[in-house]
Amino acid sequence: MSATDFTTHADPMDRQVSAPGGLGPIGWLRWMWRRLISMRTALVLLLLLGLAAIPGSLLPQRTSDSVAVSNYFTEHRELAPWLDRLGLFDVYGSPWFAAIYLLLFISLVGCVVPRIGVHYRTWRAGPPEPPRRRSDDPIVTGDSQVLLDTAETTLRAARWRVRRDGAHVAAEKGYLRETGNEVFHVALLGLLLAIGWGAVTGWHGNVVVRENTGFSNSVSQYDQFTAGRFVDEEAISPFTVRLDSFDVEFDRDPVQMGTPRLFDARVSVTSDGEQNTEFLSVNSPVKVADAKVYLIGHGYAPRLRITDSDGTVVFEDSVVFTQEDANYTSAGVIKAPDATPQLGFRGLFAPTAAISEEAGPHSTFPGPDNPVLFLSAFAGDLGLDDGVPQSVFTLDETDMEQLGLQSLAPGDDWELPGGQTVEFLGFDRWISVKVGHDEGGFWALLAIVIAVAGMTASLFIRRRRLWVVATDDGVSVAAVQRGRSASVVDRDELLRALR
Amino acid sequence: MILTQASPGSAAQVAEFSNTMTYATMLVLVVAMIAFAASFAARRTQSIDLRQREPALVGGDTVTAAPLPTGTADAGPDPDPDEPGRRAGNIALSLSWLAFTMLFVAVVARGVWAGRVPWGNMYEFSLTSALAILGVYLGVSTRRDVRWLGIFVIPLVLLTLGLAITVLYTETQQLVPALDSYWLVIHVSMAIVCGGAFLIAGTTAALYLIANRAQRPAGGPLSKLVCAVGRRLPEPERLDRLSYRIVAFAFPVWTFAIVAGAIWAESAWGRYWGWDPKETWAFITWVIFAGYLHAQSTAGWKGRKASWLAIIGLVAYIFNYFGVNLLFTGLHSYGGV
Ligand code: HEM
Repeated sequence: MSATDFTTHADPMDRQVSAPGGLGPIGWLRWMWRRLISMRTALVLLLLLGLAAIPGSLLPQRTSDSVAVSNYFTEHRELAPWLDRLGLFDVYGSPWFAAIYLLLFISLVGCVVPRIGVHYRTWRAGPPEPPRRRSDDPIVTGDSQVLLDTAETTLRAARWRVRRDGAHVAAEKGYLRETGNEVFHVALLGLLLAIGWGAVTGWHGNVVVRENTGFSNSVSQYDQFTAGRFVDEEAISPFTVRLDSFDVEFDRDPVQMGTPRLFDARVSVTSDGEQNTEFLSVNSPVKVADAKVYLIGHGYAPRLRITDSDGTVVFEDSVVFTQEDANYTSAGVIKAPDATPQLGFRGLFAPTAAISEEAGPHSTFPGPDNPVLFLSAFAGDLGLDDGVPQSVFTLDETDMEQLGLQSLAPGDDWELPGGQTVEFLGFDRWISVKVGHDEGGFWALLAIVIAVAGMTASLFIRRRRLWVVATDDGVSVAAVQRGRSASVVDRDELLRALR
Repeated sequence: MILTQASPGSAAQVAEFSNTMTYATMLVLVVAMIAFAASFAARRTQSIDLRQREPALVGGDTVTAAPLPTGTADAGPDPDPDEPGRRAGNIALSLSWLAFTMLFVAVVARGVWAGRVPWGNMYEFSLTSALAILGVYLGVSTRRDVRWLGIFVIPLVLLTLGLAITVLYTETQQLVPALDSYWLVIHVSMAIVCGGAFLIAGTTAALYLIANRAQRPAGGPLSKLVCAVGRRLPEPERLDRLSYRIVAFAFPVWTFAIVAGAIWAESAWGRYWGWDPKETWAFITWVIFAGYLHAQSTAGWKGRKASWLAIIGLVAYIFNYFGVNLLFTGLHSYGGV
């Protein structure tokens, strides 16, 4: 190369950091800080972050599938508690994962902030003096002042930063490379802040809604509700959502039999005293006030009527059954505390019923081609008055006696030994929705767009320097390029202009 | 995204046409591979002795800098137009263009048949990936002389196509509703292009390691083979620069692919990012390639270590593509194998 190559050692953060010899605690701190903000540490932390993310993809995570986590606990009694202690069931919320990315970002700040200063000063200073000239630089003969003038105009026209004095023209281009690099790293920091902001100001809740029922947006109505630190749970915007109807279609093509092809939920949304009908489906959430409503799942809710032996109706409603397999074999529990004696049922609902040796009653297709409800009845004390809260999905049989089993098609009824009757009226569908408020997403997206713009500038713009130096009988032209390859296109172009 | 659906009778013909085109593409590629192999075998081997003696020839001179290249060093035009194997290489390259065109037609036909973008399941995804690998290779070949690379790339394209039509083939036409989105088109097309680029970059990085090793004398039989291959490759520095340029192109695209995926996830599942296995591995791939780019400016990491990072990044990408679809049950396990 014809002049000093100024590739990476110009990076102020990449110098060799030697251990301090007896500098005392301050010296050590400074040394550690230098270490932390070195490129090598950044690289190691980056790779460590990738490595640390792996276990979260191999083990079930509480944040995404808490049921799988409890299953893992029952299957691996010995191992699971240890893994749990290491935070391996919540990797991305664990202290060690946070430690890695926080260190990375501290390193980033320590690395990039000084670079911004350096870059600003370099930019202000303009192109540097020509390096010690070397014999192999190409020479253009002629009147050196005329040649210097031509070089200056040519370079300025090509938008180089040019400094001219009597004996030389110094030119530099591609400052945006470094600017882009700094913008990119700062934007990454912005991304982290946006995600953090979203976490403290956001909230989301999950709720199951049957056809012709609804919910209002308040914490008590959600089955599950999570809110950030800065959220006033009393003050989330009031609105109601009601499910008018729900259509779902499944593929009957033998190859992907039963794969859902269409979900369409028609909902009535009331917000600010205004009522609107909206269509909610996968991939198209509905916006209400400052929140969005997403369709997450769906299922069947068999409808029953239970009549006491004296003819009074003690129960008439649809009950949410949860999906057990891909064909929507669904399980649930029905409780009739007003019956005498109290009645409880375990139910299995199969939209397209079949019975086999191994699987027992189950469904062979997710659509309701042949809906059957399999019931197991219990009479006695449901245990609801014990004061111990009970899940709607479990039946406490301790004080109950089993009465028998029965399968029912829609419209069928079943008379129990005590004279009570159960009628299977049909079914409603239910959907589970997620309602969420998120302020971080927009800012995160903005940060990423800026980051990618900066990164692209940093990866594609090349930093170049040219010097045209007067000699006895003309000028010599030297080129250097910061970056990876020694392209001398610019120099050759300039040479052509001068010759 | 659902385009107009072809009528069922002609539809079967279109699907069959697509499959025939795929088989024909493979045939052309096999011929191209043979021509590439002939071209590669004929290449002049680089004499290591000369290269190692070079500093000694300069003697006590303090000149350590490389001589100034003339013209665009980056574009790396073949310095030697009489390079042996050039003709075979040109034939192979032309055949690769033909194969690319044919495969493109096959992919479009598949899309017409399905009435949507042709990447709804792993079969179609692989078909399009093969197209992307070929496309990236040919794209690079328009800017640089990479006929020496063909013999390494074409078998990978053939492998991808072979896996697609044997193991992954499916007749499904429709998309599960979660996949029916604009963001799918953006996200998946970007991811596929990145896959092609990462594969080529990873291959060149591996070749860098081989060429680097070949600069030392061969020992055992394996290293004899490595040296025989390595001495027919361009100088290690050129290989290193090539993988860097390709990763530099792919990394921003990969970033956008992930972002598009996050936006899609938000509308489908109500969250941008949930550390689903697919998302996690996309992140891991991203971090490794960010590490690769860093390594290029980190003392002691350039060259060999950086090349290993490019290879590991590629492995992470491939694992995400096959491993996660087949091994994990996440929201992304739509594979439809
Ligand atoms: C959040 C983690 C980080 C990511 C994802 C990241 C990513 C990147 C990427 C993709 C590049 C390539 C751009 C180019 O080649 O010009 C780059 C360059 C660079 N990064 Fe980072 N970085 C991170 C953290 C850091 C940290 C902590 C430091 C400081 C210790 C740092 C210092 C640098 C420097 C100096 C360059 C420029 C290298 C050059 O000029 O070629 N980065 N970074």
